[in-house]
Amino acid sequence: INHVVHNGGLYKRPFNEAFEETPMLVAVLTYVGYGVLTLFGYLRDFMRQWKIEKCQNATEREEQKDFVPLYQDFENFYNRNLYMRIRDSWNRPICSVPGAKVDMMERVSHDYNWTFTYTGRVIKDIINMGSYNYLGFAQKTGACQEAAAKVLSQYGAGVCSTRQEMGNLDKHEELEKLVARFLGVESAMAYGMGFATNSMNIPALVGKGCLILSDELNHASLVLGARLSGATIRIFKHNNMQSLEKLLKDAIVHGQPRTRRPWKKILILVEGIYSMEGSIVRLPEVIALKKKYKSYLYLDEAHSIGALGPSGRGVVEYFGLNPEDVDVMMGTFTKSFGAAGGYIGGKKELIDYLRTYSHSAAYATSMSPPVVEQIITSVKCIMGEDGTTIGRARVQQLAENTRYFRRRLKEMGFIIYGNEDSPVVPLMLYMPAKIGAFGREMLKRNIGVVVVGFPATPIIESRARFCLSAAHTKEMLDTALKEINEVGDLLQLKYSRRRLVPLLDRPFDETTYEETED
Amino acid sequence: QEKEELIEEWQPEPLVPSVPKDHPALNYNIVSGPPTHIITVNGKECINFASFNFLGLLNNEKVKSAAQASLKKYGVGTCGPRGFYGTFDVHLELEERLAKFMRTEEAIIYSYGFATIASAIPAYSKRGDIVFVDEAACFAIQKGLQASRSNIKLFKHNDMADLERLLKEQETEDQKNPRKARVTRRFIVVEGLYMNTGDICPLPELIKLKYKYKVRIFLEESLSFGVLGEHGRGITEHFGINIDDIDLISANMENSLASIGGFCCGRSFIIDHQRLSGQGYCFSASLPPLLAAAAIEALNIMEDNPDIFQTLRTKCEWMHKALQGISGLKVVGESFSPALHLQLEESCGSRENDVKLLKRVVDYCMNSGIAFTQARYLEKEEKCLPPPSIRVVITVEQTEQELDKAASLLKEAAQSLLN
Repeated sequence: INHVVHNGGLYKRPFNEAFEETPMLVAVLTYVGYGVLTLFGYLRDFMRQWKIEKCQNATEREEQKDFVPLYQDFENFYNRNLYMRIRDSWNRPICSVPGAKVDMMERVSHDYNWTFTYTGRVIKDIINMGSYNYLGFAQKTGACQEAAAKVLSQYGAGVCSTRQEMGNLDKHEELEKLVARFLGVESAMAYGMGFATNSMNIPALVGKGCLILSDELNHASLVLGARLSGATIRIFKHNNMQSLEKLLKDAIVHGQPRTRRPWKKILILVEGIYSMEGSIVRLPEVIALKKKYKSYLYLDEAHSIGALGPSGRGVVEYFGLNPEDVDVMMGTFTKSFGAAGGYIGGKKELIDYLRTYSHSAAYATSMSPPVVEQIITSVKCIMGEDGTTIGRARVQQLAENTRYFRRRLKEMGFIIYGNEDSPVVPLMLYMPAKIGAFGREMLKRNIGVVVVGFPATPIIESRARFCLSAAHTKEMLDTALKEINEVGDLLQLKYSRRRLVPLLDRPFDETTYEETED
Repeated sequence: QEKEELIEEWQPEPLVPSVPKDHPALNYNIVSGPPTHIITVNGKECINFASFNFLGLLNNEKVKSAAQASLKKYGVGTCGPRGFYGTFDVHLELEERLAKFMRTEEAIIYSYGFATIASAIPAYSKRGDIVFVDEAACFAIQKGLQASRSNIKLFKHNDMADLERLLKEQETEDQKNPRKARVTRRFIVVEGLYMNTGDICPLPELIKLKYKYKVRIFLEESLSFGVLGEHGRGITEHFGINIDDIDLISANMENSLASIGGFCCGRSFIIDHQRLSGQGYCFSASLPPLLAAAAIEALNIMEDNPDIFQTLRTKCEWMHKALQGISGLKVVGESFSPALHLQLEESCGSRENDVKLLKRVVDYCMNSGIAFTQARYLEKEEKCLPPPSIRVVITVEQTEQELDKAASLLKEAAQSLLN
């Protein structure tokens, strides 16, 4: 299914999103694969229970053997039998700055991934396609690092107090003013952890008697925040505006479920870029719906801030919309700014309310000063206020890298999900064995990729996810593409049945291509 | 057609109600410069009695240079969660060092202190399980319990008889339905040193109750880590209890270790589960390496200078004694607790007026060079809201003259403002 939307006045540019359907044969084989693994899982459990095979799990203390078991046996079935086999694809330890190239500590396992030992060797210069380093600010030299070092020697590493007590430093105030200016909103507030920004502020905004409409594929932090708030949650199909409109209509017309009283508020939770799908939210339509039905919009720009838009100001700028239309603009500093933490931006009343009633302001330690300085320097760089054009150049480089990479992968015949402009590129693997194989083969060829399976994705749709960065040069991308091509042939990953005619090598202009069906 | 009308007519509430300009929690103190022993608050230079910098490590040169070295090697951020190239060798080293220091098998690090216990509890306790928690538990524990959707049973603060009564009631319930009881997990969540009341939990009795009624204990040691015990290992060392008797110890590194983040330690059987099911661990970026390096260096200092804990305790006892006898204010907290509360002996009638009065006391002290702060709570969200109070924090860097000065200033303020 491919959408190319121009939708009259709402969209100012084509919106190209593609989610090719799973080929039937592949789906069947995937289920068979999981079936075989499950059977073997039962067999191994049986052998472990009857002591034919040694059980390598950690076990409960002798003194506490008659306590109620802490874990149900079935809960860990997936962990023991499927996850353990390919555990070496995750939690890979690195020992250098997470830039475009990274050094990894070599680790081996002599007992099929139950335990790891470090050989002490370091694998150098692995092309890093897994870290969220969209604008390449993960650097150990440069203006950001120097500024952070200065602030570290002046202020120290920690703060030891909360925002409302004695932890509000002048640096925090400076950061918040800068972030508000960057986003084009009246005021902003920064928090120490992106996950916690969602889980601690959504409960402050909505409560019982309110309705939350949340996208199917929202991040765990949004789901947790929605649950903790106590409001009613209804889920609409991923990026599907008809589903959202239907829910909105029903909500206003029928009111609360049992009492039929009208809802106090309706809050729509969406993300800018969905990190597992690579899709971009249909923001113009969401805003049009929000205005028509008088609800509020909470936009989580964790992956899209800095990565979309001609000057890096996120998905609102990408669509050419007004930031004031979004009621709550939330984002994180971890991805494009090379630091840690989250922010919320919006009208002054909203931020004043959050300063008083947010859980984080009252109970959680404020952000560490060198991290704050890194954000300040990187935001100034993106805005061009540090006197250079590095920021702009990086945003453009990222956009070019994205288009190039996606086009080449599609030409090779892989199934790629998501929007043309999103720097998150999921490549479908489907079969469980290929998850482990892909990760390992790419590592052998010195390329670090991220593979994800169940439960982060639906069970048959496991994928490899590439995160592009402005720090990737064209040579690195070409090397990576060559290796991906090789591994794709080796593992037979080229499932796509819609082949694109490869372009004659025209450098990065607005592409219009012909498509032929095989 | 009707539907169109209904849609037209419906008016939602404003997204947020407006906050009055003089709300006490709205106007933050602005600290210019580092929040160390001498702190510049709102332009005035004061001695810091409000930041939880118990061991004075915030301004320590060795800690700062370790963090600088790490900054030069790794940059600032980690650009990813632990599972996806966000695990650095410093994280692994810090986890090993913490496990060795606390003498447990394994430790796990979180990047945010609040998220540590709030992610740890829901990883083990699910819908249908039972958690017995103290009334004075801090907000992070309350949020963890809310996220876990388990049955919460509150027992009166530090009241073992009340807890035993609840446990006995649960036992009789179990006998009515033994099949359900066999799969219902039970937990007790307590803090080593309570943030809201400044006293410690009676851990030996809790251990006895644990084995008698087969409940697991989760201990939250944010304030007691690096404070209690001969080597700073917390309340288990203070009471001389075998650390394996406690199922999970959770602490944040933001108080004694003067860094950011938190950790949980315990047996591998328990801690390893959080690596896949701790929400704040799996779905969030890892701790910036410079903060992990600062924490490692702080641990080094703690291990090399075990006498700072005794120094801190002496100062706490000194201050506790000095604060006795202030008319109108009573001291709440143990004599060796470095975080005390000063509550009004007689309330003025409403919480709002109490808060205003305490603010005047705090302002008086700040104008004369001692920085205190009021303990801040979210009044509508807390289960058992503590009364308004002034937080007094004692650190190793404060000299005895400064402690005396602070105590006498408080006496003066109480005399002039509270009578």
